[in-house]
Amino acid sequence: MRAWLPWLPRAIVLGLFAFIIFGPLMNLVLWAFAEQWYFPHKLPLAYGLKFWNQVFKPRSDAIGSLVTSIWIALFTVGACLALAIPAGYALARLSLPWRAAIMLAFLLPQAFPSLAVYINVARIFYMFGLNGTITGVVLVHTVHGLVFAVWITTAAFAAVDRDLELAARNIGASGLVTFFTVTLPLAAPGIMASAIFVFLESLDEFTGTFFVGVPDVTTLPLLMFTASLAGNYQIAAITALILLVPSVGFMLFVERFLKADVMAKVGA
Amino acid sequence: MGAGPAIGHRHLGLFLVAPALATVLILFVYPLCYSLVTAFVAKEGGFTFGNFLRAFEFYSVDIAFTLVIIGISTVLIGLCSVAIGGYLTLGENPRAVAILKWLYRWPLFIPFIVAAQCMRTFLAKNGLMNNTFVSLGLVDPINTISLLDWRGIIITFVWKQLPFVALLVAGAMASLDRSTIESARNLGAGRLRILVEIVVPQVQQTLMVGLILSFVTMMSVLSVPIMVSGGSPTMITVDMAFRINSYGDYGTANALGFISYALTGFAAWIYLKRGVSQGGKP
Repeated sequence: MRAWLPWLPRAIVLGLFAFIIFGPLMNLVLWAFAEQWYFPHKLPLAYGLKFWNQVFKPRSDAIGSLVTSIWIALFTVGACLALAIPAGYALARLSLPWRAAIMLAFLLPQAFPSLAVYINVARIFYMFGLNGTITGVVLVHTVHGLVFAVWITTAAFAAVDRDLELAARNIGASGLVTFFTVTLPLAAPGIMASAIFVFLESLDEFTGTFFVGVPDVTTLPLLMFTASLAGNYQIAAITALILLVPSVGFMLFVERFLKADVMAKVGA
Repeated sequence: MGAGPAIGHRHLGLFLVAPALATVLILFVYPLCYSLVTAFVAKEGGFTFGNFLRAFEFYSVDIAFTLVIIGISTVLIGLCSVAIGGYLTLGENPRAVAILKWLYRWPLFIPFIVAAQCMRTFLAKNGLMNNTFVSLGLVDPINTISLLDWRGIIITFVWKQLPFVALLVAGAMASLDRSTIESARNLGAGRLRILVEIVVPQVQQTLMVGLILSFVTMMSVLSVPIMVSGGSPTMITVDMAFRINSYGDYGTANALGFISYALTGFAAWIYLKRGVSQGGKP
């Protein structure tokens, strides 16, 4: 009897905390499977997959916007890595003037409230016909994701053992061969982590797409927003769950991708 | 890359960094400057303060509302992240520490828009929160209140941003030198005192950086105020979107944007000033 007594306050606090963390998520899951739920019933009256069929039926809006979202995220990852791998290598290994200032420059998009900037990006893009195009949305997402890409890639290159590169050079490999056969493979897990970061950032991005993507580009977050405001809680909950799965999955496995030696060098 | 003169390296380095840097300059810095300038340009052209006068005339309540909501959220995030980090560092029960460690990170990568949708249902008058309280007999069904107003926005912000700051703070606390903590403990200092007097001052920089990044993030969120509160007063992000979408009024929207930069700058300035008053280490 006495053994569990000291656990009582702890259990209450942890239980309350768990309720705060999981309660809102539970409510979302309930809505995703509720076919009938109205006041004053505390729980749904009927559960089912009716709305799932509606969301996943071929050529539905949701499938269309999911495909759009994934394409945008993949293009964004491609653009970010193409920019960040050379930049990260230079920042980690080569002597650069104003290195600290360059590192900080990539943080700028996170250091200013971005909504007002998106408004003006949309205005500038309008002049070039980029509004409402996939390209426009990818460009906006790329700038926003670049800080993760550059900082994590830099850390990944900095964590590669220099002696291994020197050993390759000593047995006659050229600088370029060394980079592609030694440095890049060793930095790959960190680069992979930055790619996942960028992918998720792009998949979840709302504000920039809201201004630049309209009216032709509908990503999953935009669809969810519209469904929620229209009161289609089931559709909103199901699309929210689709967005939730990769986010939570990454949270649970982030340490496997982002090893401590790379993590310690992020931003340095 | 061993051989070769240093000057060649320097050019190679700049050459490799240039595309990424140019992307930020063209797609972020240029629109940022554009917004700063447009805030002072009248619709017919020419310099004016009219946009700011209009912004304050229509939206001064919303500006105050935004500052209060984000201010309270930031303070709550700071306090809770120190509490979580502190328990993870100083907690004596390994099982409770493990449970907390597993619990607190869940919302880390959940997008704001999903958090908003969760809260929109959870905090409603007939949402899961009130229903649970009623079922447990804590509240009468007639006395349930909807939290879908400014309180809902704060709860959503804290729920979403706390894991990020707590992760940074807990990481910084974990890498502290344990010997000072142990010696204080040997001298009989309580855990709360160790946390406040020894641990927090050493992780202050990390805490402040996390809080400022959170402040900026919350200042840019459009979905949460629309989906969670919806009513008036609202946050200035909603006003900016409204000026653009309803009137095409870039002047006033950019004036509000300028105000959002200024509020963020003010927060950063408080942080830097504190750093200076504490011996030049921000």
